[in-house]
Amino acid sequence: MDLYSEIILDHYKNPHNYGKLDNPTISATEDNPLCGDDIQIDLKVENDKVTEVGFSGEGCAISQASTSMLSDKLIGMTLDEIKNFPNEEIYKMLGVQISPGRVKCALLGLVTAKKAAILSQIKK
Amino acid sequence: MILDTETIKKDFPILDQQINGKTLIYLDNGATTQKPKAVIEAITEYYETTNSNVHRGIHSLSEKATKMYEDSRKAVQKLINAKSDREIIFTKGTTEAINTVAYSWGEANIQEGDEIIVTILEHHSNLVPWQQLCKRKGAKLKTVPLKSDLSLDMEAYKFMLSEKTKLVSFTAISNLTGTILPIKEMTKLAHELGAKVLLDAAQMTGHMPTNVADIDCDFMAFSAHKMLGPTGLGVLYGKEELLEEMSPFQFGGSMVVTVGEQNAVWNDLPWKFEAGTPNIAGVIAFHKALDYLQKIGLDNIREHDKELLAYAKEKFSKYKAVKTYSPENPEIASAALSFTIKGVHPHDIASIFNEENVAIRSGQHCAEPLSKVLGVSATARMSFYLYNDKEDIDRAMEALEKTLEIFKIEN
Ligand SMILES: Cc1ncc(COP(=O)(O)O)c(C=O)c1O
Repeated sequence: MDLYSEIILDHYKNPHNYGKLDNPTISATEDNPLCGDDIQIDLKVENDKVTEVGFSGEGCAISQASTSMLSDKLIGMTLDEIKNFPNEEIYKMLGVQISPGRVKCALLGLVTAKKAAILSQIKK
Repeated sequence: MILDTETIKKDFPILDQQINGKTLIYLDNGATTQKPKAVIEAITEYYETTNSNVHRGIHSLSEKATKMYEDSRKAVQKLINAKSDREIIFTKGTTEAINTVAYSWGEANIQEGDEIIVTILEHHSNLVPWQQLCKRKGAKLKTVPLKSDLSLDMEAYKFMLSEKTKLVSFTAISNLTGTILPIKEMTKLAHELGAKVLLDAAQMTGHMPTNVADIDCDFMAFSAHKMLGPTGLGVLYGKEELLEEMSPFQFGGSMVVTVGEQNAVWNDLPWKFEAGTPNIAGVIAFHKALDYLQKIGLDNIREHDKELLAYAKEKFSKYKAVKTYSPENPEIASAALSFTIKGVHPHDIASIFNEENVAIRSGQHCAEPLSKVLGVSATARMSFYLYNDKEDIDRAMEALEKTLEIFKIEN
């Protein structure tokens, strides 16, 4: 019960780091067309470390809130750290029970961030 | 209400479920309907007393199973008023029925430069097979648009039809907006130009009387599971003279009469299209579903759907933040009500409804192109059936209010 905790709704209504970056080092998008979710994450990377994050797109409260929470964490992380970011951390941040049907929503932001990190390393 | 839902509900064991003290309200009938006890028991009874292969034995069990299997085919024939039971082919669903036509009839009859017409309302299962066929053949796929009142743009349809049109394949009822298409008129127009017509009747056969002799479509596809029957079973209807000409789509046992080392001779209709051991238990149980529908009456179900939709629309239109996607004219609206709430993603709507033990669907309902045209990334959908009543919709209303409250949406 109470999937929609205050903190999740708060991030959903006032997402952190929301918007596109002007000159991102790398951008990645992921979508979940069957649900109607799509997310873009822009990263600015300096010396292998993330200095700025912007995320945009549409999605449910769970995918938007988890991406918003994640976006705060990403700042200061190295690309390798992002690639190894455990799913459990996301569940912990959300702080509510995620049913199997909502796992994809909860992890959409993380999957996108990992994709950005990998793309960024390939690009180099 | 025209139907006695209190009695009907008792025939559906699954509806007798409580979570957190609340009874289950099932409003996802567009995806699949629940099964009455008679259907569930027919499956058990078949395996306990009759299980054997059909058309393959002279022992009593096989004879009995074969008779029950073929009786079910006759019941389907009667339901849709086909001329002969040779025109009724059991498939694993609407999807397989449509693919059978695409591979068998389509491969032989569609050529480069030909055109196939579908509508923007199609479920992916009546779209992707034609996209693929057109790619294989160098044919062109055209899509009839919707008008702003969610009815089909018949002027555009007439404009698209030409001598190049070889097939028009369209849904009788949209699973997203519930729009009922003018299927008879569309069929007639297609025939005037020599095109064949396939009707996707997945959302129709369980919701209103269907008469293929009157519609005059050349093919029709539908699924047992959307009309009280088991999953993994559907029907392809085809006019006998067309099926007669067509090559089988799948090859193997049952669909042949004699096989040599290099060649084989096809069996008669309808078995020519039923390769391998079919879903015997499913077919036999489906007969019980048809009996049940007959007992209630498809005319009555149609009236019941109308009544429920009108009630739901009236209730839901009270909320400023709620937008519904359903034709205004009740004569062209079936049993689905898709909606969105400004500021709440459909997934979240369905989650909160679920917490209230009200099962609805969210997403694009396998109709991604239609969602795009409606300008929504997804919608929530309630879809009704014969066991639903106004109290069920009241429960959906409570869930709706809860959603507005949680997301602090003002009204
Ligand atoms: C209009 C329509 N066509 C086709 C289908 C596909 O039916 P099935 O999945 O049973 O093959 C559906 C089911 O969702 C449908 O609603």
